[in-house]
Amino acid sequence: MAVGKVTFTKAERDKLAQVLWLLNWISVVTGVILFSLGLFLKVEIQKRREVMSDQDILYVPHMLITTGLVACCINFLGGKICYDSVDTTKFLRWKLVILPYIVCTFFFTFCVLVGALTCYSIRNQLEESLFLGLRNAMRYYKDTDMAGRCFLKRSMDLLQIQFQCCGNGGYRDWFHIQWISNRYLDMTSSTVVDRLRSNVKGKYLMDGVPFSCCSTFSPRPCIQLQVTNNSAHFNYNHQTEQLNLWRRGCHQALLDHYTGIMQSIGLIVLVIWLFELLVLTGVRYLQTAMENVLLLGDPDSESDGWILENSLAETARSNFNIIKNLGKCYQVDDDPNINIPTATEREVPSRQVQIPVAS
Amino acid sequence: MAFMPVKFDLPKRVKLAQGLWLLYWISMMVGILIFSLGIFFKIELRKRSEMMDNNESHFVPNLLILMGMVACGVNAFGGKVTHDSLDPTKFPKWKPMLKPYLTFCCGFNILLLITALLCFLMQFALYLTLADGLKNGIKFYKDTDTPGRCFMKRTLDMTQIEFRCCGNNNYRDWFEVQWISNRYLDMSNVEVRDRVMSNVEGKYLMDSVPFSCCNPGSPRPCIQHHLTNNSAHYDYDHRIEELNIWTRGCREALVAYYGGLMNSIGGLILLTIILESVDMAGLKYLTTSLESMSDPENPECESEGWLLEKGVKETMSDLFAKLKTMGKTNQVEEGAQAAT
Repeated sequence: MAVGKVTFTKAERDKLAQVLWLLNWISVVTGVILFSLGLFLKVEIQKRREVMSDQDILYVPHMLITTGLVACCINFLGGKICYDSVDTTKFLRWKLVILPYIVCTFFFTFCVLVGALTCYSIRNQLEESLFLGLRNAMRYYKDTDMAGRCFLKRSMDLLQIQFQCCGNGGYRDWFHIQWISNRYLDMTSSTVVDRLRSNVKGKYLMDGVPFSCCSTFSPRPCIQLQVTNNSAHFNYNHQTEQLNLWRRGCHQALLDHYTGIMQSIGLIVLVIWLFELLVLTGVRYLQTAMENVLLLGDPDSESDGWILENSLAETARSNFNIIKNLGKCYQVDDDPNINIPTATEREVPSRQVQIPVAS
Repeated sequence: MAFMPVKFDLPKRVKLAQGLWLLYWISMMVGILIFSLGIFFKIELRKRSEMMDNNESHFVPNLLILMGMVACGVNAFGGKVTHDSLDPTKFPKWKPMLKPYLTFCCGFNILLLITALLCFLMQFALYLTLADGLKNGIKFYKDTDTPGRCFMKRTLDMTQIEFRCCGNNNYRDWFEVQWISNRYLDMSNVEVRDRVMSNVEGKYLMDSVPFSCCNPGSPRPCIQHHLTNNSAHYDYDHRIEELNIWTRGCREALVAYYGGLMNSIGGLILLTIILESVDMAGLKYLTTSLESMSDPENPECESEGWLLEKGVKETMSDLFAKLKTMGKTNQVEEGAQAAT
């Protein structure tokens, strides 16, 4: 009992081949889209690599890029096969290739699905990576004279300006680190020395934030130093002042940004996966219909196309048997040409058995 | 004696028609590009209209949009004519429209040339508009509570951050203006009162700049107050310090940006003029070679195509004479009416 059996006339077969040729070319375009989505994601992650502690999440864009390239090649081949399927003589060229092609494409669509699902599952890894990366970036903000870290200040400032955020979880994170380098602190001044001595680690901590935390929406000029000291500024209450600094933390801002990108990409990849599945089903129908036509001998006759020749259970069983037999060929079998030593032929050093002879 | 005649046989005519059809498609794409550049330019002007006192002229982007649409139409028509030209049944219906069409294309090219010139010249008008607009912008920076001006602070801050500039000509423009509103000044404080009274107009002036002038590339945290006072900051000399705040003025930055945009658009229009001229020449060759076929029933015969039927000088004198007779017919009519 075939699964999904459909009868095709010659005209229907030709139409199916033409439609599939077009769909395969559209799939090549979607493969290119997949490739460029992977490239875009890679560029976005690389842009902010300084605030990400580990670059392991690059496996997602790499997977998308390879999947896109493979999709282009597979669908290009599929288009060629479908183009030749209109003519039964040309189809003979592809006869041996087409079934492995369909099996490979079937497994390939799994890769596309996995690619789509990883886009949704990356959030936890990203959260951890961003938290550590931002913490380090803030810690080394002042080290503009150290090789390898001299651009962290600039990157952090531009990040806070662009994403309209301040600090890791909020602006108070800047109060716990020294973000002014000792090169610009007057060590002879008593206020500076007092402040340095006021904490265990000898860091110059203050309730101030860098200028990049300033909000452009504020109606008054930015208050970035002595943020928690109400008396230091006229008509200022830091508890009610909402517009002075960016209130969102950069961790949340970046997480939202990347999650948004990945969810959109994941959605597009899911749509592409469904499309690939559709094209694969069409190619399977075309393959079975063409093979049946060849069996019948008359190229103009009607033929049946199906997804599976027998029911799902029987196909699974027969495939299982094939795999079992593949394994068995390495074991011994009943081939008479092979010399198998049996128990009678085995050379056992015989004991001299004294058989009592009856007289 | 025809001007630049070329002999055509059937394969050459077919090749010319195919090449011309492709060229018309490319010209249509270029027309769409000009249209979208016009829209983009209009949006860019709108985005910063506050910096230009809201009275910038939208003439050039509107003209670009119009030219883009006309280019699309002209090239679509030309493409259709070329497509039908090799089919002897369809071509005759286009024949009478060819002469007015080519004249229109000539006029359109002249209009494109004028547009390109305007693009290049508009930069001067923009320079003056920006100078005024930025000066007012800096003046009204503090008026975040006045309706109509409450977003000036935000716009100016965003402009200074985005274009990496400070002030109108340079950062010293901020020293001459009170950019902190009186709402946030403690008038009971002696220092504040002294500063307000220290100048004729009673403005709170100081040698400080807003935070948006800060350069993120500076190795030290931004110094925005007491900029000219070296002793107010440790290890600071304002004369040699270049990385602290942006040194470029916003007028220069904006003019450079818009100037670059307008120069590119002007260059593209000049390219379009060349493309359109090539299209016109190709169409003229194609139509004359089809019309001058000695045996219309036999498509494989040879024919000659040319750009102008007579030489350049003769064509110009013919055109001149025609214009003169056009003027003269009016005179003769008047004379006849006066006589009756």
